[in-house]
Amino acid sequence: MSMLTDRLSQRTAGRRLDLSPYLIGSAVGVLSWVAFSVAGDPLGVTTALSQAAQPIAALLFGAETAAKNPYWAPMPFSWNYGVLFLVGLMAGALVSSLVAGTFRFESVPRFWRERFGGSVLKRFAVAFVAGAVMMFGARMAGGCTSGHGISGTLQLALSSWIFIAIVFASGLIGSRIVYGRKGK
Amino acid sequence: MHVLLPLIMGFAFGILLNRSKVTDSNVIEGQFCLCDFTMLKVMLPAIVIGGLGVLVLIHFGDAKYHIKDANILGVALGATMFGLALVFLGYCPGTSLAATATGSVHALVGVLGMLAGAMLYAFSFSWIKTHILNVWAVGKVRLPELTGVPDIIWLAGLGAIAVAGFVWLERRAA
Repeated sequence: MSMLTDRLSQRTAGRRLDLSPYLIGSAVGVLSWVAFSVAGDPLGVTTALSQAAQPIAALLFGAETAAKNPYWAPMPFSWNYGVLFLVGLMAGALVSSLVAGTFRFESVPRFWRERFGGSVLKRFAVAFVAGAVMMFGARMAGGCTSGHGISGTLQLALSSWIFIAIVFASGLIGSRIVYGRKGK
Repeated sequence: MHVLLPLIMGFAFGILLNRSKVTDSNVIEGQFCLCDFTMLKVMLPAIVIGGLGVLVLIHFGDAKYHIKDANILGVALGATMFGLALVFLGYCPGTSLAATATGSVHALVGVLGMLAGAMLYAFSFSWIKTHILNVWAVGKVRLPELTGVPDIIWLAGLGAIAVAGFVWLERRAA
């Protein structure tokens, strides 16, 4: 797949049209077909990721607290479909970046450095809090950019279209406030 | 179910995310300052192509719907938190896991934050369930039933808007 998109984007490079994001998006759509039919479970990330937090909570707050929690009790952690999907996802991204030669350690990304400077501690602190808020929001909404943003919207679910519309609206407003308008 | 299936599907998804460059936080930030439309270029074809295929699969009984509850207050509050956090992190949950695997240390910190957020949510779940998730809970509603406009019209319309938008975008960039 990646070889195909590479070749296509090279062929169209002269016309300055990079087809690869569209082709990759279409391939994600095809992957959804497999998820819905063969696996019987749509693509998603945060349900499994929140399950992965259960053993950590057991370690920090005691096994009983984690096991009896009303959120985790009906769906306790196991090496289930969703969790294995995340293992595969990380392996796929790792192999892809190694093959493409794009693997590199990064602590402070460019967009952040330009606005808030190069402090690693500051970047990590905000990344941690943003991750926590994002997960809390995703669980309250019932999904994330994958579960709602792709799997839910493609089924034309009301909840998912409300989710993605508000994510884009708050993201656009937030970006404008935090980073200002980047003339480009 | 065989353990290989989710591993292979995840592997494919990880490759696709990395190849589309959305595992770079600058690309996600670019979408929200409207400087880089890669994120939408990936998402919209995924929704339209995925939606058409799933519609056919459901028609022939080879798949069923998996609709999430429209607890409108919870979805709206959650999505607002999600969108604002996205601006600060530069990754969504799936891309932060993928980016961690490509060497992004701040993505890993974001993932650790997500695990903390999941615990926070689990511990406040009882309260949230009574006070937020039950507000304006209209259930597993789909746009076609809500509006009377059939699935195919929604997907075709979305596809047409996407194609027109992207053609305009590419011409402007050229």
